[in-house]
Amino acid sequence: MNSNQILDREFLEIRAKILEVAAALDRIERAEGDVSGEPRMALIAEAIKIIASGHSDPIRAEKIQLLFSRTYDEQWRDEFSIASRS
Amino acid sequence: MYYIDPHLHMVSRTTDDYETLAKMGCVAISEPAFWAGFDRGSGESFRDYFRQLTEVEPKRAAQYGIQHFTWLCINAKEAENVELSREVLKIIPEFLDCPNVLGIGEIGLNKNTKNEAIIFQEHMELAIAHQQQVLIHTPHLEDKYQGTRMILDMLGEHSIDRSRVLVDHVEEHTVGPVLEAGYWAGMTLYPVTKCTPSRAVDIIERHGAERLCVNSAGDWGPSKPTAVPDLVLEMRRRGHKESLIKKVVYDNPRDFFSQSKNFNLENPAER
Ligand SMILES: [Zn+2]
Repeated sequence: MNSNQILDREFLEIRAKILEVAAALDRIERAEGDVSGEPRMALIAEAIKIIASGHSDPIRAEKIQLLFSRTYDEQWRDEFSIASRS
Repeated sequence: MYYIDPHLHMVSRTTDDYETLAKMGCVAISEPAFWAGFDRGSGESFRDYFRQLTEVEPKRAAQYGIQHFTWLCINAKEAENVELSREVLKIIPEFLDCPNVLGIGEIGLNKNTKNEAIIFQEHMELAIAHQQQVLIHTPHLEDKYQGTRMILDMLGEHSIDRSRVLVDHVEEHTVGPVLEAGYWAGMTLYPVTKCTPSRAVDIIERHGAERLCVNSAGDWGPSKPTAVPDLVLEMRRRGHKESLIKKVVYDNPRDFFSQSKNFNLENPAER
C-alpha cells in the first residue's frame, strides 16, 4: 500500500481517535477538582507533542512507549544486592 | 488458514471457545502456566494445576481437533513468595516428561522486584538442568521496558541456546533488543494494554518476520482468544503475501516449538 492508500484507509480512524482523546481531556477538565499538577497529565501533553512531531523520524509509537515507561538502570543488581551469575 | 496460538490460557476459557478456535483454523495451542487471578495457598495447589494442564486440557482440546501443549512454572506474580516458589520448583520435574510439556514458562517479572528476579534465575537453572525450552512473560505497561531489559541482563548470564528462548509480550520499544540479542519474540494482541493487530503488523513490517510470533494470550481477563485471525485479516488487507502470513502464524511457532522433544504436531494438510 502506498501512503495515499493508507491515508484513505486510516483517515476516519485517526479522526475518531483524536476526537476520543479531545473529549476525554474535556471530560477531565469539566469535572470537579484539579489535576493540572498530576504527572500523568504532563505525560499526556508530552505524548501529544510527539504525535505532532515532524515526519523525518517515523518512530512516534516507540517514543511514546518509552515516554510512558519507568527508567531502566543498568546497575539494578546493586540496588537488590544480587550478584551477576556470570 | 491453519494457525497455531502459541500463548493461550485455556483453563480460563470455555469449551465453546475451543469450538470457535477450531472453526477459525486453530490447529494447536500452547498454554503457559500463569496466575489464576488470586494467590494460591500451597504448592499442592500447583500440583493440581499442572495436572489440569497436562491431563485435562489436552483432552478438552482434542475433542475439537486441536493439539494442546503446555509450559510449567510458578508465574512472576506469585514468585514474590520465595518459599512457595521453591516448593513449586521442586514439583515441576515430576511433570516434565508428560507428553504435552514443551518447557518452562511463562516465567518472568511482574513488578521487577528482587524476589521475582531471584525466582526467575532459579527457574532458568531448572530449565538448563533439564534441557528445557523457556517462555518468558514481560511486565505490563510502565514496567515493561525496565523489566524486559532486566530479563535480558539475567538471560545473558546463562549459557543457554538463545534460539530456545522466547520473550513474550514485546511491543514497539522492546522488540528490537529481544530480537537483536538472538531470542525469539512474541507479540500479544490485547485490545487496550498490549498490541493491537495493526500495531503488530507495523512491527512485522519494521522488524521482519524472523523469530517473531503472535498470540492472543487469552485468559480470564479482558482478552480475545480469537485475536490471531484478526492479525491474519489485517495482513491480508495490507496486501501481504499468504506465505508471509503463514510464516508468522504457523511456521514460526512450529519451528520454535520443534526444538522441544515433545512437540509432535500433526501436519493439518496431511490429516
Ligand atoms: Zn500469559
